[in-house]
Amino acid sequence: MSVLIFAELDEGKLKKSSQEAIFYGAKVAGMLGTSATAIVLGAADDSELALAGRFGAAKVLHATDTKLNEPNGMAYATVVAAAAQQEGTKVIVLAKSSLADAMTARLAGKLKAGLAANVIELPDLSTGFRVKSSIYTGKAFAYNDLKADIKILAIKKNTIVTEETEASATIENFTPTLNDADFVVNVKSTEKATGDILLPEADLVVSAGRGLKGPENWGIVEDLANALHAATACSKPVSDLDWRPHHEHVGQTGIKVSPNLYIAAGISGAIQHLAGVNSSKVIVVINKDPDAPFFKSADYGIVGDVFDVLPRLTKAAQAL
Amino acid sequence: MKILVCVTSVPDTTTKIAFTDNNTKLNKAGVTFITGPYDDYALARAVELKEKLGASVTVLNVGGADAEPVIRKCLAIGADDAIRVNAEPTDAYFVAEQIAAIAKETNYDLILMGRESIDYNGGQVHGIVGEMLGMPSISPVMLLDINGDTASITREIEGGKESLEAKLPLVLGCQEPIAEWKIPNMRGIMTARTKPLRIVEPVSTQTLTAVGSYELPAPRGAVKMIKAEDAEMLIQLLRTEAKVI
Repeated sequence: MSVLIFAELDEGKLKKSSQEAIFYGAKVAGMLGTSATAIVLGAADDSELALAGRFGAAKVLHATDTKLNEPNGMAYATVVAAAAQQEGTKVIVLAKSSLADAMTARLAGKLKAGLAANVIELPDLSTGFRVKSSIYTGKAFAYNDLKADIKILAIKKNTIVTEETEASATIENFTPTLNDADFVVNVKSTEKATGDILLPEADLVVSAGRGLKGPENWGIVEDLANALHAATACSKPVSDLDWRPHHEHVGQTGIKVSPNLYIAAGISGAIQHLAGVNSSKVIVVINKDPDAPFFKSADYGIVGDVFDVLPRLTKAAQAL
Repeated sequence: MKILVCVTSVPDTTTKIAFTDNNTKLNKAGVTFITGPYDDYALARAVELKEKLGASVTVLNVGGADAEPVIRKCLAIGADDAIRVNAEPTDAYFVAEQIAAIAKETNYDLILMGRESIDYNGGQVHGIVGEMLGMPSISPVMLLDINGDTASITREIEGGKESLEAKLPLVLGCQEPIAEWKIPNMRGIMTARTKPLRIVEPVSTQTLTAVGSYELPAPRGAVKMIKAEDAEMLIQLLRTEAKVI
């Protein structure tokens, strides 16, 4: 009956968003009078598995088949479905991500599950099983009643505040039968920025737009990001012009972010851009145009030249 | 080659969202409905593949009669025919079940759609359809080329991208820059009026989820302006007042 949490790794490390999912899943387990089991797929150190316990998992299932070392939504869904069956799970929790989306959909199809995506609060069990989710790209919320026997909650990133304890989890190897049909997509090559903070996982984001005038000027954006330990992002025109890669583009048709701090430099704030960032807790806008619409959606604003303001912010941040 | 493109009819991206009937329904007054922006990319690539390889392109929408302007626009852009499943798209599983039922009638080589709809942003329908049909599903797809029975695909991953190869048939969730959005020309608009649009009733399915009510976010407080010459103050405020750094 335990609540099952799909805990995602990035380069062998438990993702921050998965720590949030484990913490959330453990809370739901508490509400339902049961315990939380996390499932980790692919190679991971014992310390990462133990970390799942510190965020609330009573048990960790570790699927170590080397075929699972490469992220694969279809194969992961087969494994998680097998784990759900073994544990008699009725509630599955995970953090929404590119990989989790691919996994969740196949899982929902396998289990005929009731699914809520972009969940932002703990469920309300007083009238059944109701969860609040973000819809219309952050412009509204829905209260969803999950009526299916098996429920899947895909948590929106950075909306759950976690606490780490000294608790430990029992760790079990999990060796389900894999399905060859899940391995027919052939990965030829992978290009991934290494060492950087992943934009969808970042607590702090420094983003810039056409006001930077060209890709050669991105150094001042990166300097501020480095000083704050933030990820860098950009607006759609910047990615369309190939100044920056598409995986840094935030907005309606790009990445949706919900960091604690979003700093926008030289971005006017078209409604399509706001759609990607409106869940940010604090928004700072720096623009030389005092009439830039983005100021209306900001918490802090500076009317000024980004080439003057950004380096000064970097210096101030380095001095902290 | 046969391509099925699944499209949503959604409020324009500039819509100010409001609800009615005690916050249980979207207030459609004054709202312009458009083809889902991601679906539009999928359609544009399908039409390009048709021009290059000689495919047939069928558009599928799960929606009420009010979705027909969006369907006609897809036909004007270059789809050959269309199917509308006459039902409100209540959740991802329901929509996937309708798509899978249609897909079982015809052996499509490619089932394309947007990576997600811009109303519910779930990004699940392609994967559920793939599971129901026993086909691989891949999303979000940024580049797609077909050579014989093999698709070459670039998929975005967090912090980068990967190149994939897979045999058809496939279900793909698409996003930019897979193709440029297409604007219908006058000839397309004229011929779209007479292209076949088949209306089918939904396959029955059990209710897995239902929306009880909607809510709008609390407005953000007033912006605090800092003079450019005092820019350094921002860093202090972010630490001591906003407490985010």
